[in-house]
Amino acid sequence: MPKSNVKLMQGNEACVEGAIVAGMEFFAGYPITPSTEIAELSAAKLPKIGGKFIQMEDEIASISATIGASLTGKKSMTATSGPGFSLKQEGIGYAIMAEIPCVIVNVQRGGPSTGLPTAPAQGDIMQARWGTHGEHSIIALYPSTVKEIFYTTIKAFNLSEKYRTPVILLMDEVIGHMREKIEIPNKDEIEIYNRKEPTQAPSDYKPYEIKNGDIVPEMASFGKGYRYHVTGLVHDETGFPTSDHEVAEKLITRLVNKIEANKDDIVEYEEYRLEDADEAIIAYGATARSAKSAIDTLREEGRKIGLFRPITIWPVAEKQIEELAKRVRSITVVEMNLGQYFEVIDRIAGKHTKVVKYGRVNGELINPKEIIAFINNRRG
Amino acid sequence: MVSHLVEKYFRTETLPHIWCPGCGNGTVTRAIVKAIDNLGLDQDQVCIVSGIGCSSRAAGYLDFNTVHTTHGRALAFATGIKLANPKLTVIVITGDGDCAAIGGNHLIHAARRNIDITTIVFNNNIYGMTGGQYSPTTPTGDKGTTAPYGNIDANFDLCNLAVSAGATYVARSSLSNPNMIIKQVEEGIKNKGFSFIETLTTCPTYYGRKNKKGDGVEMIRYLGEKTINKIAYDKLPEEKRKDKIIIGEIFRGDRPEFTEEYQKVIESIKGEI
Repeated sequence: MPKSNVKLMQGNEACVEGAIVAGMEFFAGYPITPSTEIAELSAAKLPKIGGKFIQMEDEIASISATIGASLTGKKSMTATSGPGFSLKQEGIGYAIMAEIPCVIVNVQRGGPSTGLPTAPAQGDIMQARWGTHGEHSIIALYPSTVKEIFYTTIKAFNLSEKYRTPVILLMDEVIGHMREKIEIPNKDEIEIYNRKEPTQAPSDYKPYEIKNGDIVPEMASFGKGYRYHVTGLVHDETGFPTSDHEVAEKLITRLVNKIEANKDDIVEYEEYRLEDADEAIIAYGATARSAKSAIDTLREEGRKIGLFRPITIWPVAEKQIEELAKRVRSITVVEMNLGQYFEVIDRIAGKHTKVVKYGRVNGELINPKEIIAFINNRRG
Repeated sequence: MVSHLVEKYFRTETLPHIWCPGCGNGTVTRAIVKAIDNLGLDQDQVCIVSGIGCSSRAAGYLDFNTVHTTHGRALAFATGIKLANPKLTVIVITGDGDCAAIGGNHLIHAARRNIDITTIVFNNNIYGMTGGQYSPTTPTGDKGTTAPYGNIDANFDLCNLAVSAGATYVARSSLSNPNMIIKQVEEGIKNKGFSFIETLTTCPTYYGRKNKKGDGVEMIRYLGEKTINKIAYDKLPEEKRKDKIIIGEIFRGDRPEFTEEYQKVIESIKGEI
């Protein structure tokens, strides 16, 4: 009998499994609830495949070491939760500016500050978008099941390599710690993207030059004979710093546009029972699961209601949300915060339909019953 | 005539450098490339990582794999680089503020791990890049723009810190003896473990001006008078030791190196699923 690939797995575990399938060879982390299992499992698994794990002295050191390892050509990841995510913003900005691929997992917990360490919250939506200073764009993905964590982690690595940018994987504490059935696919069934390395003579290599048809510059690994300079300062094609205003404008615009102009490739979402819907819920992560259940019940009661679930939380699925707004009479944004994503949806959909929010911040998962009650009461 | 060190190891297109007249950073940077040249290292296999500050600009001028990181984090980036590719010779260039204040935690733990990185601290006793604020190595009583009435903080003995934290090669040198800097960088690179070299350098623009220490030449002369080799210091009577700064090799240890220990872990579990 062939060995079964069906496993019962925790969300945090699925993240590590996905990362290894994606090609992760380096992990640097710092213990923090509720993401610690990701570090523990990386510590156990990476040396078995010749990879490296290191527990650094703090969160900033972890992201810094992650970026350093990526410069040597190794796919690298770090994982944390709210308080650590705050500290990692410095490194995220550096990775954006210097275009170093890496994956940052944030298994969210209640905040601000140490907040509710073991309780779920979706309070880091805006921090994922704007946590690091300066003008920039970001890719942030938000899985909703253990199985999806596996695939989304792979996607996070692929996008980080393809767009040479840090990718944030936002997870919910409840899914990180929940066990679900997952069928691990064969490796040859999964598409893996590796960064494009230069092939020309080192003397012809300009580390930040974009060749015709490419989205990002080719990236040489340290030690391969392409000696170049990496900096968080504004730099030109050669990688050396400059304060030239034209170069600065061109660089920052390019860093933003490489993500914003490629939304069609980056944006992923799920539509659930929306075909004939005249009202919609927008929810993501664990909250979307409650929303689906609520929708099933409301449908039985005769409501034509469906769910739009962003999997790519940043950049926003603007086109799809606007399209949805034009065909429903209301959108309810349900999230475990007081309206962080609502503000975004309202900006896009508000001119076409009524957008309302339902949120909570007490550390409890939003359940289907309260979503049903909210939708029913709102009509009255 | 341009020296062969400049031709071979400097990115001449990035010169002239940004350092002020009388600044010692150029001398220390030359000492580093001279040491690399003496050791005959392959440029492609050398990685220089720096933080933020005047000294950290050196990385950009040098023709190796170079990373100019965020403030204080050079050692954390370097740790990732070295662990991910232990074949690289990893050298960290940092300053007193970068290494001992904002990056102090990373220094302690890189030393504790005894990871094979050579760190050279350009200690000019001040934050130069931001305009002369007192640093963890500004001597007590001296002035900075944020210590207008004199610094009341105790200043750090960085070499003592490195020894205590577990570095296996610790040395101090001074701009008044450039050959000693070269020798120490060579020894640091040769040491299989964490090497820490503190080099006393000059900032006439801020530290010098704020404390009436004169120009670059006068400051170097002062460093020459103030510093004493460890061997000579040990022979001095107690009353003459006061106010002297020891230079030379301060400590050598022998402990397992981090990346080699990690490799042993990999070997020991090879084949396990």
